[in-house]
Amino acid sequence: MKSDSMGGYILFEDGLRLNGDLFLGKQAALGEAVFNTSHSGYQEILTDPSYRRQIMIFTAPHIGNVGITSEDNESEGVQVPAVVVRRLPAAPSNWRSQNDLPAWLREAGTPILVGADTRAATLHLRDAGAKRAGVFPGATPEDQALERVLASPSMQGADLASEVTCKAAYHFDNTDLNPRWHTDTQTGKGLNVAVIDFGVKRNILQELACRGCAVTVLPASVSADMILAGPSQSEKYHGVLLSNGPGDPEAVAYGAATVKRLIGRIPLFGICLGHQLLSLAAGFKTFKLKFGHRGANHPVRRQADGSVEITSQNHGFAVTPDNAPEGWQITHINLNDHTVEGLAHLEYPIFSIQYHPEASPGPHDGIGYFDLFIKEMIRYAQA
Amino acid sequence: MPRHDHIKSVLVIGSGPIVIGQACEFDYSGAQAVKALKEEGLKVILVNSNPATIMTDKSLADATYIEPLEADILERIIERERPDALLPTMGGQTALNLAIALDKAGVLDMYDVQLLGADIKAINMAEDREQFNDAMLRVGLDIPLGGFAKTVEQAFAILEKTGLPAIIRPSFTMGGVGGSVVYNREEFEERSRWGLSRSPIGEILIEEALIGWKEFELEVMRDTADQCVVICSIENLDPLGIHTGDSITIAPQQTLTDKEYQIMRDAAFKVIREIGVETGGSNIQFAVHPDNGRMVVIEMNPRVSRSSALASKATGFPIARIAAKLALGYRLDEIPNGITRKTPACFEPALDYIVVKIPRWTFEKFPLVNQTLGSQMKSVGEVMAIGRTFPEALQKAIRSLEQDRSGLGADGLDVIAADHVEPHLLHEWRDMVKRKLTTPRPENLFYLRYALKLGISIEELAQTTHIDRWFLDEINAIVQMEKKLSSVASRTNGRLTDLRRLISVDLLFQAKRLGFSDNQLAFIWHTDDETIRRLREIHQVKPVYFPVDTCAGEFESYTPYFYSTYERSGLTKLADKPRVIVLGGGPIRIGQGIEFDYCCVHASETLNAEGYHSIMINCNPETVSTDYDVSGQLYFEPITLEDVLEVCKNEQPDGVVVQFGGQTPLKIAQELEHCGITVLGTAPEQIAMAEDREKFGALMRSLDIPHPSYGIAHHFAEAVEIAENVKYPVLVRPSFVLGGRAMEIVYDRKGLEHYLRESAGDVAPDHPVLIDRYIENAFEFDVDAVADGENVIICGIMEHIEEAGVHSGDSACSLPPISITDEQQELMVAITRKMALALKVVGLMNVQFAFRNDDMYVLETNPRASRTIPFVSKATGVDWVDVATRCIIGRSLAEQKIMENLSPGHFAVKEVVFPFSRFEGVNTFLGPEMRSTGEVMGIASDFSEAYSKALYASGMYLPSPGDGVIFISVNDHDKEQSLPVARALIRLGFKIIATHGTCQYLNDNHIPAETVYKVNEGRPNIVDRMKNGDVKLLINTPLGRKSYFDEQIVGETAYRLGLPLLTTFSAARAALGAIEAIGKRPLRPVKLQELSSDSI
Repeated sequence: MKSDSMGGYILFEDGLRLNGDLFLGKQAALGEAVFNTSHSGYQEILTDPSYRRQIMIFTAPHIGNVGITSEDNESEGVQVPAVVVRRLPAAPSNWRSQNDLPAWLREAGTPILVGADTRAATLHLRDAGAKRAGVFPGATPEDQALERVLASPSMQGADLASEVTCKAAYHFDNTDLNPRWHTDTQTGKGLNVAVIDFGVKRNILQELACRGCAVTVLPASVSADMILAGPSQSEKYHGVLLSNGPGDPEAVAYGAATVKRLIGRIPLFGICLGHQLLSLAAGFKTFKLKFGHRGANHPVRRQADGSVEITSQNHGFAVTPDNAPEGWQITHINLNDHTVEGLAHLEYPIFSIQYHPEASPGPHDGIGYFDLFIKEMIRYAQA
Repeated sequence: MPRHDHIKSVLVIGSGPIVIGQACEFDYSGAQAVKALKEEGLKVILVNSNPATIMTDKSLADATYIEPLEADILERIIERERPDALLPTMGGQTALNLAIALDKAGVLDMYDVQLLGADIKAINMAEDREQFNDAMLRVGLDIPLGGFAKTVEQAFAILEKTGLPAIIRPSFTMGGVGGSVVYNREEFEERSRWGLSRSPIGEILIEEALIGWKEFELEVMRDTADQCVVICSIENLDPLGIHTGDSITIAPQQTLTDKEYQIMRDAAFKVIREIGVETGGSNIQFAVHPDNGRMVVIEMNPRVSRSSALASKATGFPIARIAAKLALGYRLDEIPNGITRKTPACFEPALDYIVVKIPRWTFEKFPLVNQTLGSQMKSVGEVMAIGRTFPEALQKAIRSLEQDRSGLGADGLDVIAADHVEPHLLHEWRDMVKRKLTTPRPENLFYLRYALKLGISIEELAQTTHIDRWFLDEINAIVQMEKKLSSVASRTNGRLTDLRRLISVDLLFQAKRLGFSDNQLAFIWHTDDETIRRLREIHQVKPVYFPVDTCAGEFESYTPYFYSTYERSGLTKLADKPRVIVLGGGPIRIGQGIEFDYCCVHASETLNAEGYHSIMINCNPETVSTDYDVSGQLYFEPITLEDVLEVCKNEQPDGVVVQFGGQTPLKIAQELEHCGITVLGTAPEQIAMAEDREKFGALMRSLDIPHPSYGIAHHFAEAVEIAENVKYPVLVRPSFVLGGRAMEIVYDRKGLEHYLRESAGDVAPDHPVLIDRYIENAFEFDVDAVADGENVIICGIMEHIEEAGVHSGDSACSLPPISITDEQQELMVAITRKMALALKVVGLMNVQFAFRNDDMYVLETNPRASRTIPFVSKATGVDWVDVATRCIIGRSLAEQKIMENLSPGHFAVKEVVFPFSRFEGVNTFLGPEMRSTGEVMGIASDFSEAYSKALYASGMYLPSPGDGVIFISVNDHDKEQSLPVARALIRLGFKIIATHGTCQYLNDNHIPAETVYKVNEGRPNIVDRMKNGDVKLLINTPLGRKSYFDEQIVGETAYRLGLPLLTTFSAARAALGAIEAIGKRPLRPVKLQELSSDSI
């Protein structure tokens, strides 16, 4: 291993310890340990605000091969407290690469544990359920480390959206969209879209922008009245996108309250945490999954026509399917564990998706929901 | 969506004999498809000409035909069986071509047979370059720039688009022959003119040369609801330009960002949809520019393929099985994932390991062939290895190849001592290695290591080889680890106590994690494998076994499919039954092919049926044996002592079966026993004895069994002396190579001297040469037998069509024999029994006999499964491996109630196929060195029809009586024999042309014949006549070195044009009978299920 590494380990709250080489590991990093099974897209994953306070364990053994490219960031920077990988390359190899993963993490002050048995970690989380954990330098005595892990806050009841949301509203004006990945269709030209930022991924904004929408990003604490008032005195929003984000949806009660006031008054599209907040606002309950869904290969069935999408997923909580409130229907089901993956209102142009139609990383199978959202906004505006 | 109810019966077409580019992956896919269709209660009709396949087991399909894969035969089968549907996507290009031919001939319409999976339009669009390119442009995908030209002017217009370098390919030349890369305008004009003149339709394809681009493949599946998934992404280590079958590949892809990968995934779906593959699997190949990411579509295969077999083994997702279900109308989400059981097949496998495939070439069989790798595939087989990281998987794959390498070097077999180059020579060595690396060749992997050791930088290597630097960096990690390991070496004396002190647990663990074998560590640390093994035991450094679970550990898996790696923990549960390990046959190569996989599969299945937990160890991704539901448990591992011992430690088996996997398991059988592992069946010592010339000779003498006199020469003079004693002609071969390699027949002292100088290498005390008397003009027989230690039963007796001297693996043969007396048969049976008892055989045994006049000789005995066992099983209707396996686990032949039947009511003939058309400049005469890649079988009520079926199935199209001209050229030795054959040909209405000498001899004997020029005698010569199409058959017996050139060209031309070429008179006589049979009536397909065991 490289000279600037030292021995280190990841310690789970129930005592499982896995050793490796630690880069930039002078301090401990604490969080909920999660694993992601995607083969590609480590940069997008590490910059996704939904992973706030989660120690990322990659199941794919070689991570860092293609380096780091600023345009692939899903937010300003690294969001996770620590990273665990099986193997790093000597140097990145991709024509777009601008930096290498360990250097980039070092700049962000994020430790990376290399060479640990990531499969053992994965099986542990799968069998024993989500766990708090910490990444420590080898010199840290295990009992001290365990104390710190046990003292760290649980994900349940954590409002992390307030940590990652933007401080003030802003217009997303991404004019330098890369035509390789974003086709400029302008189908949503003239539409004003409000995005409530619970930890929004950049590609959600880009998908709206490349369809010609005028995108305003609002802090998570925004009130329903402000949204209904519109972006300016002369304009109204045509629709609201409830973004993805980290943490326990029940802890973001203010978000759900805002959404509740918007129901029936404007087209809504919820993604991930946004979907969970919409469901709470509608009267559904949410619960913490045993170990969550994180990867790029989850099959989801659309109940309307039976079609299946391979989806990009990242969530630790899910909506309880029982006692669906009147007026709502479950539209999407995960085929692996039959959990709820999508909801819609029977009457209003309101729908939400638990997974990530914006992909980035992951398959593009669900990209059409942005077009659906635009259609709904246009139809609503014309009605 | 439930499956299509109107389909009640399906015809499945196999891919025929093993050839380069089409190996046993199609037995794997076809067998899976048949099983999947049977599960649905459908009647399955199966046609394949290759008897050494699991799919042609008569217990598998409802109606099984081992018949030539030709449209007229298929039509007769369709007429008889009236299938509702045809599944053409399981049998490679052969089955697709047949489907097209049947459609063209109107057969599918006439009998109302529906095509499943891909329709004719889709097949054509995928196959036809112009249609394919148009389709890609329609859906907005990028393809290599270029176009078709019929004139030089048009060519230059296209050059404006492509720029230089460009590739020029003449259209419709056979096998992609004649393509070339041009770098300047002058060269471009010259090659364009040449190409236009070479193309039969006067057309060339000009494309931009994507030299050095990265190459990727996606394995895609689509269902009737238009749901598409990617099962596996594969990245080629070698850049574009080397056939993917000849490339080292890795899964999943490693050097694309998610952004790039996802547009490739989107593109793959566009391709499969636009081409119109309605259901099933397709393989789509892409090239990516390494410096700007431009992505172009290279090609697609609208069917399962070699890559899909690899993808299935790499991911645990059974593509062929699922494709068969999809073809019936199921949707992906309606089919469960058999590995997780709880999740559906509609997903994309996630891997937490790396898979590496390395091709297995057999160039040692074709010493004159150019070994440069390019757009035409040359490898015969492949291996796959699984590791947690690329270096680990790569080193495991290298040792799976069975080419004596223990990993990426550091095993004492390096040809360049890169560590010991003198400083002032360093520059020269670097240049030499770099020069080597500019030409892609099989050994380049090792040259990458030399280059790194000589200090060539990664950047420079990447530039030279166009291999992505990620791969080079990972290979360098192996080299750097070796350096680290070596730094300890100078301080050790190789003793365990010393190593224990010097080598830390961590260093040992890190080395094993990078895939270093015990053998490499022993070499580096000047000790032996056993010491390393003990060191690992002391340090508790041992492999763990992880499942191939399709989901990277996300869900619980029920797969019995494992690979080894070095990690913290990994549990495998021991089965609650007696456990028996079956060692597989490793990669397909010439001399050890699909036959042994057939045997291993039967052994495993029989063990399961007998209440055992069978455990398969193998490393060949193309095979049925590495299908995870064949055995109770599958370990995808190299078959080396270390790897097998570790599995034994993990499984604590009751025994290991070594006699079914060819030479592969035998190499380690005795060592396994020494390590305390129980070998079931015939003792390894007995098997080894039969291989040892001295011990075997002694045994023969003690049993009073005649065998050709022989001697072992340790130096030149001794060789000459032995040859004089045993009498010329003699069969000579080096004693240290197996499988007939470098074996030759020499007729005189001059020939012997030449052989000793050119072929054998230096004769030396440690490199002795074996010299056997060659029994000339003898008839050769193969006898397969099974024994339980007390009783012996003869499975079958085969008579070779070619005379003794042609390697038994290259000779056609007939079961039962055609020209044998009762006495001869009794003699062979008696001797076989005697030897089986003497060698204490428990299981299978094969004996080769030669008869000359009344003299009988035993040429060879192998107390293990032979290459002929599948053929004998198909010909006799008895699964002999099953019988042998039951003997091995202690069930006697009497208990099994097995009866001997040496007079079946039908004839089965085996014929072989050769890879000659692939290799320019190769000698096409048959000899004692085996060079065939595959076999076919013809079965009929008489020999002539069976033989003509076998020839037809092997691609030798015999003429009908009177149709055309037959060429004869014979050596003096054979002249007498030629007369009756020539007379019969005239009687059948053929014209004879012959070379000057032969013609004169025929005319002297009142047989009409015309002279034809040899190639260097004038024109039109024989090759011209062949090309003009009037020559329909060639009988050409070797004349020795002096006319080598002529024979070479005639042979090559015959193979290229698909003309039957017979090089022995025994074959010529048999062919005569076959021609007569063709003249009488069309070939009649035989359904195996209708051959009662009485009639056979």
